[in-house]
Amino acid sequence: MTTLDSSKEIQKNNSEVNETHEDFRMFGLITFLIADGMTFAGFFAAYLTYKAVNPLPDGAIYELELPIPTLNTILLLVSSATFHKAGKALLKDKNSESQKWLFFTAFLGIVFLICQLFEYFHLPFGLTDNLFASTFYALTGFHGLHVTLGTLMILIIAWQSRIKGGRLTSRNMFPLEAVELYWHFVDGIWVILFIILYLL
Amino acid sequence: MTISIDPQKTNNESLQPKGWLRYFSFSLDHKVIGIQYLVCGFLFYLIGGSLASAIRIELASPMSDFMPRDVYNQVLTLHGTIMIFLWIVPVVNGAFGNYLIPFYVGARDMAFPRLNAVAFWLIPPSGLMLVASYFVDGAAQAGWTAYPPLSITTPQSGQIIWILSVLLLGGSSIFGGINFIATIIKLRRPGLKLMQLPMYCWAMLGTSLLVVLSTPVLAGTLILLSFDIIANTGFFNPVLGGNVVVYQHLFWFYSHPAVYIMVLPAFGLVSEILPVHARKPLFGYTTMVFSIMGIVVLGLVVWAHHMFTSGTPPWMRLFFTIATAFIAVPTGIKFFNWVATLWGGKISINSAMLFSCGFIINFVFGGITGVALAQVPFDIHVHDTYFVVAHFHYIVYGGTVFIIFSSIYHWFPKVTGKMLYEKLGILHFIITFIGFNLCFAPQHWLGLNGMPRRVAEYDPQFQFVNQISSLGALLMAISTIPFLINVFLSVRNGKVSGDNPWNALTPEWLTSSPPPVENWEGEAPLVEEPYGYGKEISERK
Repeated sequence: MTTLDSSKEIQKNNSEVNETHEDFRMFGLITFLIADGMTFAGFFAAYLTYKAVNPLPDGAIYELELPIPTLNTILLLVSSATFHKAGKALLKDKNSESQKWLFFTAFLGIVFLICQLFEYFHLPFGLTDNLFASTFYALTGFHGLHVTLGTLMILIIAWQSRIKGGRLTSRNMFPLEAVELYWHFVDGIWVILFIILYLL
Repeated sequence: MTISIDPQKTNNESLQPKGWLRYFSFSLDHKVIGIQYLVCGFLFYLIGGSLASAIRIELASPMSDFMPRDVYNQVLTLHGTIMIFLWIVPVVNGAFGNYLIPFYVGARDMAFPRLNAVAFWLIPPSGLMLVASYFVDGAAQAGWTAYPPLSITTPQSGQIIWILSVLLLGGSSIFGGINFIATIIKLRRPGLKLMQLPMYCWAMLGTSLLVVLSTPVLAGTLILLSFDIIANTGFFNPVLGGNVVVYQHLFWFYSHPAVYIMVLPAFGLVSEILPVHARKPLFGYTTMVFSIMGIVVLGLVVWAHHMFTSGTPPWMRLFFTIATAFIAVPTGIKFFNWVATLWGGKISINSAMLFSCGFIINFVFGGITGVALAQVPFDIHVHDTYFVVAHFHYIVYGGTVFIIFSSIYHWFPKVTGKMLYEKLGILHFIITFIGFNLCFAPQHWLGLNGMPRRVAEYDPQFQFVNQISSLGALLMAISTIPFLINVFLSVRNGKVSGDNPWNALTPEWLTSSPPPVENWEGEAPLVEEPYGYGKEISERK
């Protein structure tokens, strides 16, 4: 069992050795993200296979409008940058500035989700219309789920970075670093998704 | 950044229940979690074994007279799913991995103890859910592979519960895998090099890589399948323009590595047991490590050999045949290394050793039929027949389950401080070995002669051989009795074993048996030569 506060180094009573170990929480998170990425890889492989071997029925609509997803791509890329700003600010002990950047990042995430829902409601096909439609909704929906979870986590760490009584300080950056890595991962997945779903 | 261990946090064991109650608690101790995995897995083994007995009773006669045909389908689906996801995978990874890996790397616990407990506690609810699905509207009927369109057209509730249950178990498996990778790579005691680790660590590292890379693909696939069932989408439904072969590719991308997830840890365990009881160093440590990693890499690129009859194009058949045949090379290296470890050793014939030798014999049969099945013409001839059933039972029962029993005989003194009775153990081995071979060897013949698997009825000409097979299954069921008696008697009044009854050199024996809560009094010992048998103590490093 480990303490979450990395600044303390306390002697262990019974063995009189100072037992410390490396912080490998980030390592565990990266392993998890590799696993998560494999889920997306499976979906992408299925989508590309369908595209190659399963012709759609005549008259099926599968053309997508580009403006909204392009806006969404920009939103997510900007949000990655603002998240980075939040980390920089926290490192300099500027908690309130960091909190502002975090709320702004969460705001961008929420705008992304609203745009995504707007696109869903205005698409000419539904979930079960054809194979392309099903795959489209499954892929973007699964990604949207990741964005939702990420936004919630950003709101949580934004709350934790308040100056008095917050857990997130420049000495305990792990929550911020972990969510930031997750957020960049979700962005990266979106870029791949945008390329193969909308552009290809 | 480093993390210090806070004595006030580590000494709050008083918050955890003591005695047998801790096995029912959300304990963070890797040893408790290991035993939880083992006992939970064994209970599911008894359930899965009863289902197997029901299958063999049904197949003792050519007509479906013991149970209706749809119940037979449910029984065989539950048997496969329970044995794979609730017995072999959790026990051979979770149970022994959790118990042994922290000792082997010289740590006090796993890297993420809470994640570890969560991973275990996902198993009992999902297992109970799976068994309970029988009473809802009938369990899933599509076999453990859940191939669409069969899984879409059979009753929905059972199939959906099956999917949920497998998703939870897959999650548990991924959490376990992340934990093992972090523990082996990051939590090694200072001074302990990777190439000094006991072989089981390498096997678990390889297995966990496979778990992390392939299980998520199964999860995604099953989510798509559940959309097909609930939401009427057409991913895998040809009527709606979908493609069943895509399901098969994605499914086997997990489920072929799953074979290695089940058998690689057994390779590791047998590599621990043989040197101890033959009093010789493990032969060819480095080649063992490289063959494990070779199996991991090759294991990820051979999945389509399960699909030679699914309209696979010739180039794909060629590639997957060659890749599959290549796996025989690292596996063969390991086999010869075990034999060379035994060669000229001072072998003690005890239950652990007998089960390990049984494993070597059975596994070489399973391996040979595996190479045969990789050849396209032969595979097309015996596809979906009892030959395949015989082959994989030789791998997972004759291979892995024999090693699970061998490991129980080997590490029982470690866990309890008591010895198991040798005579009952040898009786257990004899009945299991005869019963197993009597049950599954004739099935090769049945398959070659064209008896299809997964069907409740068969041609009457196969009746006699099927009855021999059922007799073997009866013996296998009986073999559990001496084992259970042995465990209960030994826990109550077995001979006290002392700390190191086998005079083993691997690190887990260098502490007291049963071990203290944080594994070591004082610092963890540095074991540079875990297999330094047959040398004077002064020669050992």
